Amino acid sequence: MTYLISRLWTLSIVGCLIPFLWLIVDITFDNLGSNPIQELHIRLGDWSLRFLWITLAITPIQTITKWRGMTDYRQLFGLCAFFYATLHVLGYLVVDHYFQWRIIGIDILESSYIWFGIIAYFITLLLALSSPKWAKKRLGKTWKKLHRFIYIAACAAIMHYFWQLKGNLADPLFYLLVIFILLGFRGLVWLKDRQLAQLMLPKSTK
Amino acid sequence: MIIKTTKELVASEITDISVFKRRRQIIKAALAAMVAGEFIAPAIAANNNSNWANLPKSNYADKSLTPTPAGLIKNYTNYYEFAFNKQDSTDLAKNLRTDAWSVEITGEVEKPGHYYLEDILSQQSLQEYIYRFRCVEAWSMVVPWIGFPLADLLKSVQPLSTARFVKFTSVYQPDTMPKQASNQMLEWPYVEGLRIDEAMHPLTILAVGLYGDILPNQNGAPLRLIVPWKYGFKSIKAIVKIELLKRPPITSWNSFAPNEYGFYANVNPDVAHPRWSQNSERQLGSTFFTPRRQTELFNGYGEQVASLYSEMNLRHFF
Repeated sequence: MTYLISRLWTLSIVGCLIPFLWLIVDITFDNLGSNPIQELHIRLGDWSLRFLWITLAITPIQTITKWRGMTDYRQLFGLCAFFYATLHVLGYLVVDHYFQWRIIGIDILESSYIWFGIIAYFITLLLALSSPKWAKKRLGKTWKKLHRFIYIAACAAIMHYFWQLKGNLADPLFYLLVIFILLGFRGLVWLKDRQLAQLMLPKSTK
Repeated sequence: MIIKTTKELVASEITDISVFKRRRQIIKAALAAMVAGEFIAPAIAANNNSNWANLPKSNYADKSLTPTPAGLIKNYTNYYEFAFNKQDSTDLAKNLRTDAWSVEITGEVEKPGHYYLEDILSQQSLQEYIYRFRCVEAWSMVVPWIGFPLADLLKSVQPLSTARFVKFTSVYQPDTMPKQASNQMLEWPYVEGLRIDEAMHPLTILAVGLYGDILPNQNGAPLRLIVPWKYGFKSIKAIVKIELLKRPPITSWNSFAPNEYGFYANVNPDVAHPRWSQNSERQLGSTFFTPRRQTELFNGYGEQVASLYSEMNLRHFF
């Protein structure tokens, strides 16, 4: 167990790459079913969302366990979500459309589900760009505010998923439930902190 | 969950390719089995078509089209009565009972009644129809159906002049169809409809086979509608009832989301679904880095069917 914990960083990096390698294997052996391009989109989109969850779960885990030094993990998983989201976008532009810009243009213009995807990707891109330590230092308090947009990215990504289905909503609702639980936890912690602060305030003024 | 899905995909994919490669043997074996006494055998015998693999091709079948590999067609089909994803519905459709199938034909006709499928087939001459198939989900394939014109069946029951619409109803079999049993999504059984001129059009067929073989359950066995210029959901599967009506029927997807799925549902690249574009389509069987196909008005059958809609605003009657 201690061996595992001491190797946690390496294991995390490997964990981030496993879905990617798995996808490469399935592409190589033609294991993606009758519509492999759509399957590619689904796999990359799903993994992007899953790593977004993990990223969002880090702060609650830190609050519960009082472990320190987890911000590096949050950054790693966040960048990993961005990595899969980028592959998802490239898959659409290159693998699916092969740079047929006219068809891509019409597709984006007419497909409102893609608009949510663009919002989600744009936010993820901003967060990835502002993720290095020096950017964090330079942005100061703004960094925290900016990075709260991750919840909006997560909701937009789920809308992107939900909005392209014909009515069977179980999968996106599950994703949404997880986001609500994580957001709910943050909300409770915030409320608790505020109550504590209010309790302490009169005492200190007396 | 994910691991399980992949395993299933691996297994099915291997089977399909082998099935596809051995298709002629399999067809022969299937035909032998049928001749040996499966329910459809008398129909074939009566029809003097002992070999479905060598049926005459319909005049309307575009011979320049290359059919999508059978393995892909048989593993990529929506069948919401069974499941909301294509893999599970293909697996579960194996449970459907298709023996001693009969179709009730009723409404505005001279000769209403219950007709056994084998009796219907003994009256019809089967042909192969190679049609493009375009799903409302923006994917498409080319399918070598085996069937006969719906018009021929309708004429045999003598429609009255009052018959203006045709309503089709799918089988209600909740013991094999989980989503019917749990009453999810659509109103069951599934219902589709056509205007009488659409139903009588020679491109409109009832299909009983695919790739020289009887229809696999997931592809609509034992009898389904094929209307190649409309989105796939119009081509109702496992038909048990055909009614000729004075008024348009209420159809399943149209009543579920009237602003998204129209009664006509003609393939039209210029009329987007409210949430996604219909301008292009992913052809099954195409490889990575192959751009999507530009969708054609009436799925490329405009020359044959555009006159049916010459007076209509296709954006309004989508």
